Amino acid sequence: MKKPVIDAQNVDLTFQTNDGPVHALKDVNLQIDKGEFVSFIGPSGCGKTTFLRCIAGLETPTGGTLTVNGLTPEETRKSRAYGYVFQAAGLYPWRTIAGNIRLPLEIMDFPKPDIPARVEKVLDLVDLKGFGKKYPWQLSGGMQQRASIARALAFDAEILLMDEPFGALDEIVRDKLNEEVLKLWAATNKTIGFVTHSIPEAVYLSTKIVVMSPRPGRITDVIESTLPKERPLEIRDSEEFIKIAHRVREGLRAGHAE
Amino acid sequence: MNKIVPVLTVLAVIVVVWYGAAIKMNSQWTYDQAARAGTEVTFGTLVTDTLAQERPKLPAPHQVVAELWDTTVAKKITSKRSLVFHGWITLSATLLGFGIGTLGGVALAVGIVHNKAMDLGVMPWAIASQTIPILAIAPMIIVVLNSMGISGLIPKAIIAAYLSFFPVVVGMVKGLRAPDQMQLDLMKTYNASGAETFWKLRLPSSMPYLFASLKVGVAAALVGTIVAELPSGATRGLGARLLSGSYYGQTIQIWSALFAAAALAAALVIVVGVFERVVLKKMGMAQ
Ligand SMILES: Nc1ncnc2c1ncn2[C@@H]1O[C@H](COP(=O)(O)OP(=O)(O)OP(=O)(O)O)[C@@H](O)[C@H]1O
Ligand SMILES: [Mg+2]
Repeated sequence: MKKPVIDAQNVDLTFQTNDGPVHALKDVNLQIDKGEFVSFIGPSGCGKTTFLRCIAGLETPTGGTLTVNGLTPEETRKSRAYGYVFQAAGLYPWRTIAGNIRLPLEIMDFPKPDIPARVEKVLDLVDLKGFGKKYPWQLSGGMQQRASIARALAFDAEILLMDEPFGALDEIVRDKLNEEVLKLWAATNKTIGFVTHSIPEAVYLSTKIVVMSPRPGRITDVIESTLPKERPLEIRDSEEFIKIAHRVREGLRAGHAE
Repeated sequence: MNKIVPVLTVLAVIVVVWYGAAIKMNSQWTYDQAARAGTEVTFGTLVTDTLAQERPKLPAPHQVVAELWDTTVAKKITSKRSLVFHGWITLSATLLGFGIGTLGGVALAVGIVHNKAMDLGVMPWAIASQTIPILAIAPMIIVVLNSMGISGLIPKAIIAAYLSFFPVVVGMVKGLRAPDQMQLDLMKTYNASGAETFWKLRLPSSMPYLFASLKVGVAAALVGTIVAELPSGATRGLGARLLSGSYYGQTIQIWSALFAAAALAAALVIVVGVFERVVLKKMGMAQ
């Protein structure tokens, strides 16, 4: 049997806060295989960000085991296997777009002569060719978010983690970026973890949809998508799509009713 | 143009009030003189006399301007009466002290941000150092250093540094802590070292804060230098001009030294501001 890239067994996480403990994750079991596109969906505060941060080794579970490639997330983070896209683009205002994309390459000591070509390549991937010399404030929100994805792609991380990357964007821009992300995924075959609040977005993008519910944060349903890998935007009107979306909605409602 | 008008209006009001105050404050002397000579004081003689006294309580604006002109443009800068000469003495100590204070302040801030013990240990002392009145501590520093054979520029620069390091520490600590959790986490996902996080994130983030504190710091350094020139028995520097003016009742000299100090402070702040604009623009942070 093939070993999963990400393997969570009974993961528990309790934050100690001033107002007492907050049970953010409870008994989370999940296996993610190489090359999967996994979406996490659930109401606010159900622990989606927390789980993504656990995978990235930015947060340490207080119970259970979580391994990535058989190592601890901390070790995997140190091997620079993660490209993390935060909810806000978080570009450095004192660097140009190209300069921002160069940042991880500089830190990871990529050979200097290779850097410009890499920057050009990822700028092209996110459809920002020719914007390298611009400063972040000269770009729209959607373009900034694409630049932050380019930044995460630049160093060929094996696993791409994205926390509501398109949360602040309007529907039309979002559709376009969704298409681009799918193209990216097809082109790079990375393992992707993707947090969203949008049911259509989750269904359209994912090979696996993880439905979560709050207090304490846990997984209520894991849906394996039956959609083909090739997905034009129109697929969202297909019967198959609507069926999966319905199951996600049911899962969310069930989590809410408890 | 529409910016100039209000500025000129305010200036005109100040000048008018000043002339009025000069006439009123200096009139006593005119009346006394007239009484001694047994002459009447008409309004005309009152005005001309009060605005042209040699040691007025409050010199009139044109007297100060004339003195400023006389001691800057008309005098050779090597002359002991040249304000340019005294200004340079003060400026050199200010710049040296400002340089020391800035370097020290930045170094302390880096330590405070990176070291928990320094964070807890240094900050209270830095704050305490500023609660001691500079007028009380300046003579002590100068006397102690003099007894060690150090005099002139260095003691003044130390007092200037003492005043200017504090705003730099406070601003820099805030600036180096300006990156939010997300930006720090991003660095973590790259497995960046502490040094890389410092050079590529914390330091550039702190630049706007640094320049804000440098403006306060440079003005504080000037104040420190002038205060240091008061008790030293010094004969050089704007502070010495202020003090000797008050010894001999040379109010015109005091006022012109005061204006020179204010102009110097304004010039220093403007220079820092220009530097700020250039650097931030170069960094892409000024739009
Ligand atoms: N650093 C922290 N310290 C204390 N509590 C935290 C911390 N981070 C998250 N929490 C708590 O853990 C719970 C889950 O938070 P999390 O951010 O993972 O939710 P989320 O599903 O990402 O929500 P949203 O959709 O609003 O982003 C929340 O109750 C939150 O208050
Ligand atoms: Mg979240």
